[in-house]
Amino acid sequence: MDQLIEKKMEDLREDEFLINMGPQHPSTHGVLRLMLKMDGEFVRDLTPYVGYLHRSIEKIAENRTYNQFTPFTDRIDYCASMPSNQAWAVAVEKLAGIEVPERAEYLRVIMTELNRIASHLIYLGVMSLDLGAVTPFLYTFREREKVLDLFEMTCGQRLTYNYIRIGGVSRDIPSQFGKYCFEFTKDFRKKLDDYEAILTENPIFLGRTKGVGVLPLDIAKNYGASGPTIRGSNYAWDIRKAEPYSVYGKLNFEIPTGKNGDTWDRYIVRMEEMRQSCNLIDEALGGIPQSDVIKTKLPVVLKPPKGEVFSRIEAPRGEMGYYIVSNGDKKPYRVKIRTASYGNLQVLAPISVGWKIADLVAIFGSLDVILPEVDR
Amino acid sequence: MLEFDKLLLSIYTALSAWFVSNGIPVIWLDLAVMAFAAAAVLGVLLLAALFLVWWERKISAHIQDRLGPMRTGPHGLLQTLIDALKLIQKEDIVPASADKKIYFWAPVLAFVAAYMAYIVIPFGKGLIARDLNVGILYIIAITTFTVISLLMAGWGSNNKYALLGGMRSAAQVISYEVPLTISVLGAVMLAGTMSMNGIVEAQGPYFWKWYWLPQILGFGIYFIAATAEVNRTPFDLPEAEQELVAGFNVEYSGMKFAMFFLAEFVNMFTVSAIATTLFLGGWQPPIPGLVFIPSWVWFLGKTLFLVFILMWFRWTYPRLRVDQLMGFAWKFLLPLSFVNLFLTGLGVYLFK
Repeated sequence: MDQLIEKKMEDLREDEFLINMGPQHPSTHGVLRLMLKMDGEFVRDLTPYVGYLHRSIEKIAENRTYNQFTPFTDRIDYCASMPSNQAWAVAVEKLAGIEVPERAEYLRVIMTELNRIASHLIYLGVMSLDLGAVTPFLYTFREREKVLDLFEMTCGQRLTYNYIRIGGVSRDIPSQFGKYCFEFTKDFRKKLDDYEAILTENPIFLGRTKGVGVLPLDIAKNYGASGPTIRGSNYAWDIRKAEPYSVYGKLNFEIPTGKNGDTWDRYIVRMEEMRQSCNLIDEALGGIPQSDVIKTKLPVVLKPPKGEVFSRIEAPRGEMGYYIVSNGDKKPYRVKIRTASYGNLQVLAPISVGWKIADLVAIFGSLDVILPEVDR
Repeated sequence: MLEFDKLLLSIYTALSAWFVSNGIPVIWLDLAVMAFAAAAVLGVLLLAALFLVWWERKISAHIQDRLGPMRTGPHGLLQTLIDALKLIQKEDIVPASADKKIYFWAPVLAFVAAYMAYIVIPFGKGLIARDLNVGILYIIAITTFTVISLLMAGWGSNNKYALLGGMRSAAQVISYEVPLTISVLGAVMLAGTMSMNGIVEAQGPYFWKWYWLPQILGFGIYFIAATAEVNRTPFDLPEAEQELVAGFNVEYSGMKFAMFFLAEFVNMFTVSAIATTLFLGGWQPPIPGLVFIPSWVWFLGKTLFLVFILMWFRWTYPRLRVDQLMGFAWKFLLPLSFVNLFLTGLGVYLFK
């Protein structure tokens, strides 16, 4: 009898099948292609294929002067252009030994923290969309519009700002900016509570995220994950604290961390980070020094000395770093860009194997990968 | 007033007298009445579906702080009509590797199953196409056809996403059918009849006597299971956009897609209409003093209110996962519906 049952089970055994998820798929956040080996609903193996958005930005850098390359950095992470600008500016300043006026540093902090909020709002909306809740997506985009209004007020652009330049920022904030910005942060804290009311304690949301896709710290470290992804795994690693750049050393803020490294922890870390960013913006706006100098005078053709430099900052998705090799020319000899999404995408395969396809979408959403940053 | 029952009855009596006086067998009149009823039901249903699509878009828009369709007609009221016209004009694409027959018949079956349920739904006093004495049983039997159509669509498309969607829907609809049927039984036991009209009349025009109060558990179970039956969020796994692109209907386009789409909205109206009939007194007014408002207004009002709640669910909740969905049906809803059935039986035994 047992043999008979075993034989029947042998007949019933199903084959694994391959699903090509992407490059055109609603939840791949751009053009990622995942090759899934599925056993029914379960993901048994997965391979991400990247490169569909490759624009050879690193090669372009070799053919542009240092100032000319700044607009290209906007396109590396279009959800968070300010930090991309800043990472480039900080790297070149370190290479050429340029001092930045203090007011410009404060403006940089305000802008990058605003951009962090905007970027995390996209994460929040898309994450809830991945879980099937469409409405928070539109709410978060409504709030993001207000941040973009502030950017537009300052630099005239809503997506690619080219605001943070080498040696400072492109222009000063208008006189009304402080008022609108305080209004925004005040209002936004309430809105954050609203979002938490929709999602954080929602039993369906908890069921879909708690304990799903646990990212152990050693895997996160080995694959080079950073930003909220690694902080979700209870590791307080934040460049703003670890290697303070700009004026972050003078400002008070905390680094929120998760406990277990599951999807919910990565979510709650980002929610808390938005609150911290609000505090940072308020503090920076309050302590901004009055001065007319927002940009160091640079030579028309910037020729940094021979040498190489690596510098990194904390972008919304994690560490963003530029490695620049200069041969003393007006153009960099080589630029290597270290982006957070590339490392964060790599942990997807080890943590989502064994989960269902629905969880894969949730886990991928929680990593907050943005594809232009992966491919550059 | 605006009640149709007496008018229809007098037309019928006059016509049958005319038929008898001219020596034509009355069976022809009955056939004509049947054809008329079928056409009327189809008309109501298409109108309802067109309206509901627009309504859903409006509700979702207002929940999401948007305006929704505004350009076509007043407040975009003609938008769905225009969309339907566009879908009719579209080329009918059949994937080369699809199973042609199954692929063709799936949307037809989906729509027919959705349509046939309407035959026994009492839209108002005397406004019922056919008052079967097994009305509710008939509806449950007919709506089960939907799952076959979804499975056919998933299999016939020869697409992996569609197949996953079809399999999910088969598992889901069959699982939720069980608590749904058992929760319906409570109302049937209280009314002592399976005829839809009989259940409505047993409840009477007093809102505290409607079955939502004694069957509050049954009503809840029914409504949750019905949400799953019509594949709405948080149970919209068969067409989970973020996972399966569009699920079972991923390969469908043009009119075939429109049929699935219409069937979804018709089904949503159906389950709300059944809930109205079983638990909210159907076309009865809440207090006898309000009887001057036509019965079909009460019916439509209650049904649309329930449809609104379904839409509200959809634009508020995230989606469950497939194992959570099945666990919820078998481990929670089913035992609860048995408890409800037992309590109802006890109540009927003790108080009647």
